[in-house]
Amino acid sequence: MLTSFPRLRAILLRLAQAIPVVIGVVVISFLLTRALPGDPAVYFAGVAADEASIEETRVAMGLDKSLPVQFVRYVGDLLQGDLGQSLSSGRPVATDLANRLPASLELTLTALILAVVIAVPLGILAATRPGTWVDHLCRVVVTAGVSLPTFFTGILLIYIFYYLMGIAPSPLGRLDFIYLSPDHVTGFYLIDAALMGDWETWRGAAKQLVLPAATLALFTLAPIARMTRAAMLTALSSDYIRTAKAAGLSNGTVLYRYAFRNSLLPVVTTLGMVFSFALGANVLVEKVFAWPGIGSYAVEALVVSDYAAVQGFVLAMALLFVALNLVIDLLYTTIDPRIGFGAQ
Amino acid sequence: MSDTTSTDLPRQEGTLDHVLYVLRANPVTLIAFGMFAFLILSALFGPALVPYDPLATNASNALQPPSWAHWFGTDQIGRDVFSRVIVATRLDLTISVAAVAISFVVGSVLGCIAGYWGGWPDIILNRFLDTIMAFPLFVLAMGIVAALGNTVENIIYATAIINMPFYARLVRSEVNIRRDAGFVRAAKLAGNSDIRVLATQIFPNALPPMMVQVSLNLGWAILNAAGLSFIGLGVSPPTAEWGIMVAEGANFIVSGEWWLAVFPGLWLMFAVFTFNLLGDGLRDIVDPRKRT
Repeated sequence: MLTSFPRLRAILLRLAQAIPVVIGVVVISFLLTRALPGDPAVYFAGVAADEASIEETRVAMGLDKSLPVQFVRYVGDLLQGDLGQSLSSGRPVATDLANRLPASLELTLTALILAVVIAVPLGILAATRPGTWVDHLCRVVVTAGVSLPTFFTGILLIYIFYYLMGIAPSPLGRLDFIYLSPDHVTGFYLIDAALMGDWETWRGAAKQLVLPAATLALFTLAPIARMTRAAMLTALSSDYIRTAKAAGLSNGTVLYRYAFRNSLLPVVTTLGMVFSFALGANVLVEKVFAWPGIGSYAVEALVVSDYAAVQGFVLAMALLFVALNLVIDLLYTTIDPRIGFGAQ
Repeated sequence: MSDTTSTDLPRQEGTLDHVLYVLRANPVTLIAFGMFAFLILSALFGPALVPYDPLATNASNALQPPSWAHWFGTDQIGRDVFSRVIVATRLDLTISVAAVAISFVVGSVLGCIAGYWGGWPDIILNRFLDTIMAFPLFVLAMGIVAALGNTVENIIYATAIINMPFYARLVRSEVNIRRDAGFVRAAKLAGNSDIRVLATQIFPNALPPMMVQVSLNLGWAILNAAGLSFIGLGVSPPTAEWGIMVAEGANFIVSGEWWLAVFPGLWLMFAVFTFNLLGDGLRDIVDPRKRT
């Protein structure tokens, strides 16, 4: 029956391919929670625990059972959305992460949109005018971009725009104290403030967002620009472009209808890798700007040895990344109808 | 006379000529080698040459801006930032070199096994690598260090684990395409064991692309290790290390004491930049077609 819907079949096949990866991710994060040096029960019981409460934690967490039994329990808890209790906040880790996720997503997505908007035109320009200043600029940006430690770029930007020029607000979180945070609808301050029609708050939130987003964008820009340039160069030197030019099509049509559309595929592939970098760099950027997202939550948890929170964060990030890759792969079929997953 | 000498050039000189030709065409690579030598020298001799003890405090001389006595200024408890930055080179390079060496060796062995024999070890390895790559790598490193314990060795292991898939995949494909090549069959017919053929005939072919990967990876490993110590993992405070120095300096940047964070950050950038340039240059030498 499915053979009559090749597109649907391809999508289902890709979804099925994600299953072993998710299983692998869960196994590794299970091993990480159990690999704590010494006795995990001691860690999860907290610093002030005595002999009895450690034993209680051990039984409550099922740590007295065998590893396979523990794993089944762990998976059972996960399926109910239970990532354990955070020692520092006293709330379930899943709740904490859900509360803080919008802040991280708002930052990461803004940065990625910013990076794509700058990097893709830069790459196209560099590919169409090789050897000119645009090309050299592209090369410098690409090499510098991958060498810059994100946390250092962030600190430099704070020094220049906050301390020296005084045009950026103090790098402390999502909103200055003089504003009230907007009503919670999506958790994205920019969207929530716009929904309320509170443009004063919107401007305040946007101002706070500019520096961290720029820091993250500078970091993610490089691979995107590099890939766009390389893919455009390949596309532009191919036969179909020569044919299109010979057929008398305008430059714009050749460039955007034919060359760009064909080079989109490697660019979108790179986006998957860029997401991995961005999610990691996010942690550092959030620490620099005191951004209340899940990255700084994990860093705070690390400092106080709150392991359930850290491992919950690692697992959540991995699942988010798997989901993102899935979306990117599904995008392929839209961008390039030649791709059929069944053929692979 | 001169005719015979020019035709009798041995093959080694041909390679050397090629290297010289590439270096001349791309002087940036030459500069990168110079920068690399500088880093190595400061790692080897830096601790003996720096003007001050990197741990010596001097409260009366705290937070001084850069001057002739203290090139990079002094920090909040009067330690000389220049000495600390230079001394830190050894630790940062050690962490990244050790991590890359571990991932090189482990990745090579796993990749050889999977690429040469195929079958179920290949399937298992690929599944395992897919799983590692399914994590955002820096986040996985955080998780590993948190689980194994907060020490410098564990930073090295974590960095090695997240870099390992790149090597294993590279070696696997390089070995796989050669396992039925003519010279491999000849070596087997001559009576060499599988492992000997693998080690002496097949694996050396994977080395040139591996070298490029190593160089690019070193920069990334330094960034990764510095990032981990920036968020407070691994290296603990009095030790001089670039990431932790930037983290400590970050508290003073909003009040204008820029030299605390900027100089270690610049050095970190310099090291990563060197390895990236070196990697690009090596790639030009190994495979000129792959330039982007």
